[in-house]
Amino acid sequence: MSVIYILLAVSIIVAIVFFAVFVFAVKSGQYDDSYTPSVRMLFEDELVKTKNTNTK
Amino acid sequence: MTGNNCFHCGDDCGKSPIEFQNKSFCCNGCKTVFEIFSENDLTCYYDLQNSPGAIPKEILSKYDFLSQENIIDKLTEFRSETIEIATLYIPHIHCSSCIWILENLNKLNPNISASQVNFGKKTVRVTYKSQTTDLKSVVTLLSQIGYEPYISLDDFKSSEKLINRSLIYKLGVAGFGFGNIMFLSFPEYFEVNEFWLEQYKHLFRWLMFALSLPVVFYSAQDYFISAYKGLRAKILNIDVPIALGISVLFIRSSIEIAFDFGSGFFDSLAGLVFFLLVGKYFQQKTYDFLSFERDYKSYFPIAVTKINKEGDEQSIQVYDIKKGDRILIRNEELIPMDGILINGRAKIDYSFVTGESQTVTKQSGAKLFAGGKQTTGVIELEALKSVEQSYLTQLWSNDIFNKNKEDGFTNITNSISKHFTIAILTIAFIATGYWLLHDSSKAINVFTAVLIIACPCAIALSAPFTFGNLLRIFGKFKFYIKNASVIEQLAQIDTIIFDKTGTITSNKTSTAEYNGKMLTDEESVVLTNSLRGSNHPLSRTLYDILKTNAIVCLDEFEEYIGQGITAKHKDTNLKIGSANFVGNTEKTTLLNTTVHISSSNIYKGKFTFYNSYRKGVSKLFNQLKQYYDLVILSGDNEGERENLRKLLPSKTKLIFNQKPKDKLEYIKYHQNEGAKVLMIGDGLNDAGALAQSDVGLVISEDVNVFSPACDGILDASKFKELYTYIRASKAAIKIIKWSFVLSFIYNIIGLYFAVTGQLAPVVAAILMPLSSISIVVFTTVATTILGNKLK
Repeated sequence: MSVIYILLAVSIIVAIVFFAVFVFAVKSGQYDDSYTPSVRMLFEDELVKTKNTNTK
Repeated sequence: MTGNNCFHCGDDCGKSPIEFQNKSFCCNGCKTVFEIFSENDLTCYYDLQNSPGAIPKEILSKYDFLSQENIIDKLTEFRSETIEIATLYIPHIHCSSCIWILENLNKLNPNISASQVNFGKKTVRVTYKSQTTDLKSVVTLLSQIGYEPYISLDDFKSSEKLINRSLIYKLGVAGFGFGNIMFLSFPEYFEVNEFWLEQYKHLFRWLMFALSLPVVFYSAQDYFISAYKGLRAKILNIDVPIALGISVLFIRSSIEIAFDFGSGFFDSLAGLVFFLLVGKYFQQKTYDFLSFERDYKSYFPIAVTKINKEGDEQSIQVYDIKKGDRILIRNEELIPMDGILINGRAKIDYSFVTGESQTVTKQSGAKLFAGGKQTTGVIELEALKSVEQSYLTQLWSNDIFNKNKEDGFTNITNSISKHFTIAILTIAFIATGYWLLHDSSKAINVFTAVLIIACPCAIALSAPFTFGNLLRIFGKFKFYIKNASVIEQLAQIDTIIFDKTGTITSNKTSTAEYNGKMLTDEESVVLTNSLRGSNHPLSRTLYDILKTNAIVCLDEFEEYIGQGITAKHKDTNLKIGSANFVGNTEKTTLLNTTVHISSSNIYKGKFTFYNSYRKGVSKLFNQLKQYYDLVILSGDNEGERENLRKLLPSKTKLIFNQKPKDKLEYIKYHQNEGAKVLMIGDGLNDAGALAQSDVGLVISEDVNVFSPACDGILDASKFKELYTYIRASKAAIKIIKWSFVLSFIYNIIGLYFAVTGQLAPVVAAILMPLSSISIVVFTTVATTILGNKLK
């Protein structure tokens, strides 16, 4: 039953990893603007299309 | 797309659109922008959204000040030898096309290495190579494509803006602690004496203890600080019982696991903090694109052109203007300080200051006040005062601008908290006393259990969720409120004070009435045609009102600046303008703006301009009159008194000729008499009154345009709905009171367990989240129903 130590350690480490990722995300400003990325995400396609018409 | 609308900006192209590549444009500016985009393969701009653009404005030497080192220093957030980063505010950002074009700036200028838009804040963060380009050319490029950045004195001060993310960190920590503690405490909910559980329970418990440390000492610290502050000010605010509950939970749980009495309440503790923070986060709805804290600095330019003794032009910072300096103000520029007009023709638009859109013409030698905008040609001024000492800016030295309105206000949660805290402490002591007599071993248990279960999580959540939700609903109806406490104050208002110009009158239209001899058909044709040729704002207004007659060619047309127009067509000779110019000798007592007309030197009559009031003003006042004291506080003369008398309910007080300071004093006086004042204004001249009032609302034709510091911004089109919004605020208070009742019921159930000494951790772990969640659901559903009733 000592395996519980390993299990607990793993579960806490996983939790801490997620927490660290969250802190990193906040710190890098991902929570400051929650609207623009949703629009920007859809742009890549259009940009490629313009490039294509350029090369044609 | 419709044929006659500009492909670029969507404006009506009029009779002679400019054709280019089978597309019509309203002006050369728009065509140029299109050309720039099509040359750089950026026409995709027009695919994302129909006619997304704006007409580019004349720039000339407007941005010369951007080549000054100290100004660049202030405006850029990062500067090195090779790279500079600047964040620019661009009011025109409004659609996905805007984001797209602004993030592709590098195609227009390869020296721009990156640009990122924040749509909510309407800013673009530009990174560019400082060796090959500079801030001035970046700004010029943006202006050329119709995205003119707004650079004001405000940017100058706040070179470094710190974003406060502490709440989201605290929420993250609490959520992390809550989730993991729940995991670890789960086994003990069910099997109390199981063999393996007995074996490992200490490990589980100490892990929970470790996880709860950051929750208590980091996430919950604001509650302790606020409770301490409240106690020091002798106020029992809602944070007192919360802080008490949290500390009792933590201390009792720690003692329980240290002496192996039980598993403690770490799960409830972390859950409580987590829910409270969620409530706080939800209430913190902000409108990034609006600012409620503006003062004159947001209106004023950073730099102006100074003329040296040698006659050279030099651009200097506004703060460096000294008395006696010669300042050059170009078309469309703002006058930053009081001064005397030396040269040129001043036609000043004081709408920033007074809300009055009619321009004022001044001759040289006249005194000009800060805040006016020159609307034609170039003028030269001699500064009379420095910027901070000018007539307008002086208003901001009043103490009221340094006060925080929320400080003196006891909100509904805190007012109930006082009684609540006393009641809970009484119950705790009585129960403890009882158990001391009967079974003293349980006494301390009961005492802590009462404080734990009574921790007013549900009460603390009612107001944030109700107001937070209503704030969002109001936002949808174009009523933008600064924060939740404004809704509460709005519900308590008993006096409403309106500004006149720009608030109950509309800026866009005014009406004119003609009195005098009838004009012949001939004469009215000539009249409309001569008005058509004139650029004077009164002529334009009058033309817009009349404009039905046929267009003819005038034989003679001459405009006398500041006086009027003479026009000749066949044998009709018309003179239009001021009374003196036309030759009207009658003395008039009328205070309204008038335009006089004479035909072949015979006086005909005059057009009198009246303000046109917003639609529904009269109805709104009639709705309000039963419940509120109504006052009109105007900076204008009494010309409109009779009109207002007819329009508004008779008990409305009308007070004219009020200076900005007088307005502030008037409100202060009434507040001292116990009135709760709602001030509704629009211009900078109302700024003092808006700050002094309990709730200051600004009416705005376009919410993106700047408005003075206030508690809320109401879109002009929704002005007539004001009463509905006040009623909704009152209903919100009712919802909160009902949810208080609901949470009292939970508390009574919990207290039963606590007082009888049988509060098991599992009961607390069920009851506390249950009460919180049901309160959240109740308030959210109730406010949504309330929102649906709004139009």
